[in-house]
Amino acid sequence: MFNTNSLVYLIGLPLFGATFLLLAGRKVDKWGHILATVLSGSAFIVGVDQFFQMANRAPEDRAITQVLFSWINVGTFNVDAALLLDQLSICFVLLITGVGTLIHIYSIAYMSHDENRRRFFAYLNLFIAAMLLLVLGNSYLNLYVGWEGVGLASYLLIGFWNQKPAYATASKKAFIANRVGDMGLSLAIMIAFATLGTVSFAGVAEKSHTASQGALTAIGIMLLVAATGKSAQFPLQAWLGDAMAGPTPVSALIHAATMVTAGVYLIVRSNFIFDAAPTAQLLVVIIGAITLMFGAIIGTAKDDIKKALAASTMSQIGYMVLASGLGPVGYAFAIMHLLTHGFFKAGMFLGAGSVMHGMDDEVNMRKFGGIRLFMPITFVTFGLGYLAILGVPPFAGFYSKDKIIETAFYSGGIKGILIGSVALLGAGITAFYMSRLMILTFMGTPRYTEDKNPHESSFLILLPMAILAIGSVASGFLLSHGNALVNWLSPLFEMTEETENEIMPPIVISSLALVFVAAGFALAWKMYARSAVSNTAPTDVSIFTKAARRDLFQDDFNEAVFMRPGQLLTKTLVSTDELLVDGTVRGIGKAAIGSGNLLRTTQTGFVRSYAALILIGAISLIAAIWVVTQ
Amino acid sequence: MTFTAPVLSYQLLSPILIVLGGALIGVLVEAFVSRKLRPIAQLSLTIGTLLLALFQVFTIRNSQSTTAAMGSVVIDGPAVLMQASILVISILAAFLIADTENFVPVAAAVPGSEDERRAIQSGQTLTEVFPLTLFAVSGMMIFPIATDLITLFVALEMLSLPLYLMAGLSRRRRLLSQESALKYFLLGAFSSAFFLFGAAYLYGYSGSVSFEGIRIAIAGGSGNDIILLIGIAFLSVGLLFKVGAVPFHAWSPDVYQGAPTPVTAFMAAATKVAAFGAMLRIFYTAFANAQWQWRPLLIVISIITMLFGSLVAIAQRDVKRMLAYSSIAHAGFLLAGVIALNKAGLEGSIFYLFAYGVATVGAFGVVTLVRDSTGEVTDLNRWAGLGKRSPWVATIFAGFLLAFAGIPLTSGFIGKFAIFSAAYEGGSKSIVIAGVLSSAIAAFFYIRVIVLMFFTDPQEDGTSVVIPSILTRATVVICFVVTIALGVFPSPLLDSIKTLAIFIR
Repeated sequence: MFNTNSLVYLIGLPLFGATFLLLAGRKVDKWGHILATVLSGSAFIVGVDQFFQMANRAPEDRAITQVLFSWINVGTFNVDAALLLDQLSICFVLLITGVGTLIHIYSIAYMSHDENRRRFFAYLNLFIAAMLLLVLGNSYLNLYVGWEGVGLASYLLIGFWNQKPAYATASKKAFIANRVGDMGLSLAIMIAFATLGTVSFAGVAEKSHTASQGALTAIGIMLLVAATGKSAQFPLQAWLGDAMAGPTPVSALIHAATMVTAGVYLIVRSNFIFDAAPTAQLLVVIIGAITLMFGAIIGTAKDDIKKALAASTMSQIGYMVLASGLGPVGYAFAIMHLLTHGFFKAGMFLGAGSVMHGMDDEVNMRKFGGIRLFMPITFVTFGLGYLAILGVPPFAGFYSKDKIIETAFYSGGIKGILIGSVALLGAGITAFYMSRLMILTFMGTPRYTEDKNPHESSFLILLPMAILAIGSVASGFLLSHGNALVNWLSPLFEMTEETENEIMPPIVISSLALVFVAAGFALAWKMYARSAVSNTAPTDVSIFTKAARRDLFQDDFNEAVFMRPGQLLTKTLVSTDELLVDGTVRGIGKAAIGSGNLLRTTQTGFVRSYAALILIGAISLIAAIWVVTQ
Repeated sequence: MTFTAPVLSYQLLSPILIVLGGALIGVLVEAFVSRKLRPIAQLSLTIGTLLLALFQVFTIRNSQSTTAAMGSVVIDGPAVLMQASILVISILAAFLIADTENFVPVAAAVPGSEDERRAIQSGQTLTEVFPLTLFAVSGMMIFPIATDLITLFVALEMLSLPLYLMAGLSRRRRLLSQESALKYFLLGAFSSAFFLFGAAYLYGYSGSVSFEGIRIAIAGGSGNDIILLIGIAFLSVGLLFKVGAVPFHAWSPDVYQGAPTPVTAFMAAATKVAAFGAMLRIFYTAFANAQWQWRPLLIVISIITMLFGSLVAIAQRDVKRMLAYSSIAHAGFLLAGVIALNKAGLEGSIFYLFAYGVATVGAFGVVTLVRDSTGEVTDLNRWAGLGKRSPWVATIFAGFLLAFAGIPLTSGFIGKFAIFSAAYEGGSKSIVIAGVLSSAIAAFFYIRVIVLMFFTDPQEDGTSVVIPSILTRATVVICFVVTIALGVFPSPLLDSIKTLAIFIR
C-alpha cells in the first residue's frame, strides 16, 4: 500500500489539515476538528505501516531517504529538502502521531465549549506536521525548519487564550527563551557549514573526523544551547512553567510528550559530534544533572497541579539529557525514557486536565482532596502513570529510569559516582513530589468549596487516558524485553566496547533506587496524609521552600541579569540613536540645506551675472591649466 | 583649384535627412494647411517622421563608416545608439508637446496685448513648435556623430536655435518664459563664442579641424601644449554649457522653469543625450592622448557639479527648478562617465543617458498634469497630499524620483552603478566618493517630495490633477514602464550596448 514515497504523507496530511482549517474559516467549525483528528490518525497509520516495513528489512537497510526537491543550490552548498526515516526517527514518528492522535481525540471533548476549537485543531495539526519535519529532516537545515515550526505552534498554543494578558505574556516568554536556543542551533549549523561544508546528518557524520576538536566542541555546545532552549533545560528552563497557560492537551502533547524532548532528539541525532567532543558531552551530562535536581526541587513546592507536572517534566528530561551525555551506552536509554515518559507524563497531564474539567478549571491542589471517589477512572489512569514515574516495578519508568541511574553509575570514576548519586537522589525527590501531588489531589478529605461539583469526565476524555495508562504500564517492559530498543537503535551509534565499571551490581542499584523512592513516598505520606493540609499555602515556611516556590529564583535571575540590563541597554541605544545618530543626520541635513540656501544666492536671475560666472569659469580653467603645466 | 563634388552615403545619412525633410514639410504645412487641420497634421507629420527615422536608424544599426559625409560624420555603434535614444526621447516628448494647452497661441503677440487676447478667444493654437522640434532633433542627431569641429559647431547651433525659440512659447507666465528664452539665447551665444575660440586654438595647434587630425597631432606631441590646452578648455566651456555643468549651469534653472513644460522635458532629456554624445566622442577619440591634461579639470568640474546640483536642489520650492538642479547633478554623474575613459564608461554613459532621458520626460510629463485654474502648479508646497488625491499619478512620479535618486529596481540604480564602477575602474576614486555622497544628498530631496506627496495632509487650494490626454498618458506610462523595466531587466539593453558601443575613427 505504501512505499518510500509515502514519507511525505506523514508530514503532508497534518500540514494539509492545518492549512485547510486555517483558510476555510468558520464554515468548517462543525467538522473541522474531526478532519484534523482523522488526518492525524492517518499519519499514525502511515507511521505504523512504515514501522512494519522497516522491521521486515535487514538492519542495514532500515533507513530510507526520500528527496522531495532541491532546496538550496548555491555553488558548492547544496541542500535537498529530503526526509530520512531510520530506526531513531520511526520511534518519534510513532510517539508523535500516536500520542498526538490520542490528544486530538481528547481535545474534541476538552475543547468542545471553546468557540475557537477549529483554530485549536489547526494549530495542533500544524504542530504535528512541524514536529514530524523536525524528526524526519535529513539535514540540520531541514530539522531547523521543523524546529522553528514547533516553536511557532507552541507559541500559538500557549497563547491560545490570549485574551488573558498573563497567558499572552507566557507565550512570549516561551518564544523568547526558545529564540535563544534557536540562535544556538543556527550557529551550530553555520559552524558546521563553515568547517565541514555540509549540513546533512550523513555528511557531517562522515566529515566530522576532519574537523578540529575546537570546531566540534563549538558545534556541540551550540547544539546543547539549542537543546536547553527547546527542552527547558538549565539555564533556559524558565519558560516551561508559564507555558502551562496553554490548554491542558497542549501541555500534555507539546510540553510533556513531544516538543520538549526535541532537545534530546537533537543530541542523540548528533551523536557523532558529541562522541568526538568529550568536553561538550561532559557539559551535556552536567546540564542534565543540574536540571533534573532543579526541576525536582521546584516540583516539591508547587501547589498548581500543572506547574508541578511541568517541573516534573523538566526533571525527567534532565534524566534523558543526562543519559544522552553518557555516550553510546546512554543514547538508547535516553530514548527509552523519552518514550515511556511520553506515555506516563502525557497520561498524567490528561488526568490533570480531567480533574480540572471536573473542578471548574481549579488548578490549586490544596483545594482538591479526595477526588478519587468522584473520578475513579481518572484516579486509576493517573495512578498508573504515577507508579510509572516513580519507577516502581514493573511499570514503565522502572525499566527506563533505572537503566539511566545504572549507566550513570557505570560511567566511571568520580564522575560516575557523582552523577549516579544525583540521579538516585532525584528519583527519591521525584517520589516525594509526585506522592505529594497524588495525595493532595486524590486522597484525604475534600478541601474544595461547596459550589464545586467533581464529576467524572466523558468517554472521549477517558479513552485516551486509558490507552496512555496501558502504555505507562507496559511500554517499559516491551521496550526493554530482550533489549528490544537497544538492539533496534544500535546500528545508528558507534558502539565502543567500553570497560564496564561495575562499582555495584545492577541489583544493588535497583534496590537502592527503590529505597530512595520508598523514603520519598514515606516523607510525603507523613507530611500530607497523616497531617492536616491547609487549603491555603502556609507562609511560615523555610527559606528553601520559599526558594522552590519561586522556581529557585529563575525569573528573578533572568530579570536581574538579562531583562533589566537589556532594558537599560535598549534605552541607552534609543537615546544614543536619537541624540547621536539622528542628531548627526539632522545636522548634516541642516548643513546641506544651509549650504544649498547659500549657494542658491548665486542664482540672481541677471543674465549679466550668469555670463560673468561663465567667464570666471573659463578663466579658472585656463588658470588651472597654467598651474598644471608650469 | 578644382571643386570636388561631395560624395554622400544617403543610406547612412537617411535618419538625419528624414528628420530635416520632415521639418521642411512642417514649414510648408504651416503655410498652406488650414488652421483647423494644422495641429493634427503637424503632430502626425512629426511622429511619422521620427518613427521613420527611428526605423532607418534600426536598419543601419550594424553599419560602420567614416566616409558617410566626406569624413564629417561617422556612423558607428555609439552613433546609432545615441541617435536612437534621441529619437525615442523625442517621440515621447512630442506626445507631451501635442498638448497645445501649454503653448501660447500666437508667439509673436506682445504678452497681455489685445492681439493675444483675441487669439486666445478665437481658439488658435500654436503649431510652429513641431517643425522647430524637428529642426532641433536633426541638430541633436548630427551633434554626437560629427567628426570635425566645423560640423560639430553647425550641429550645436542647429539644435540650439530652435530651442531658444521654443523656450519662449509658454502660454502662461509669458514674461518669465520670454525672459528665459532671451537669457538662454544670450548665454548660448556667449558660450558658442568660447566654443569657436577653442576650435580656433585647436586648429592652430594641429592644423586640422577633424578629430582624427587633432588626435594625430596630440599623439605626435610636437605642438605647443599650452595652445592645445586652451583649445580644449574653451571647447569644453561650450560643451559643458550645453550639458549644464557648474559653473556654466546658471541658465538651466531659469530656462527649465520659464519654458513650457513639454519643451523643458524635450530639452532636458534630448539635449543631454546629444551633448554628452558629442563630449564622449571628442574626449574619447580626439583628446584621448591628452588625458593627463584634461582629466583633472573635468574631475574637479564633475565633483563641483554633483555637489552643487544636489545641495541647491534641497533649497528649491519649485518642482521644475528642483528638477533643473537635479539635472545639473546628473550632468556631474554623467561627466564621471566621460572621465572614466574606458569602454565601460562609454557603455555606462549611454545606458545612463537613455534611462535618465526617459525618466526626465516622464517626470516633466507628470508636472504638466498637476494644475489649478490658472495652469500648472509648480510650487512644491501645493503638491502636498497629492498621493491621497491622485495615488496613481503620485506613485508614478515617485517612481521617477526614485530612479533619479538611484534606488535599486529602477533604471537609475543600474545607470549610476554602471557609471560609478566604470569611473572606479578608470582610476577616479575621488569622483566615485563625491558621486555617492551627492547621491545621498540628492536622495534627501527626492524622498522629501515623496514624503510630501504621500505623508502630508493635502491643502484645500484647488490643486488637482487633470485627466491626461491619451498621448500624455501614453508618455507617462511608457516612461514609467521603461524606467522600472530597465531597473529589473537591464541585461538586454546593457548587452546590446556592450556589443555596439565601440567608437571607430
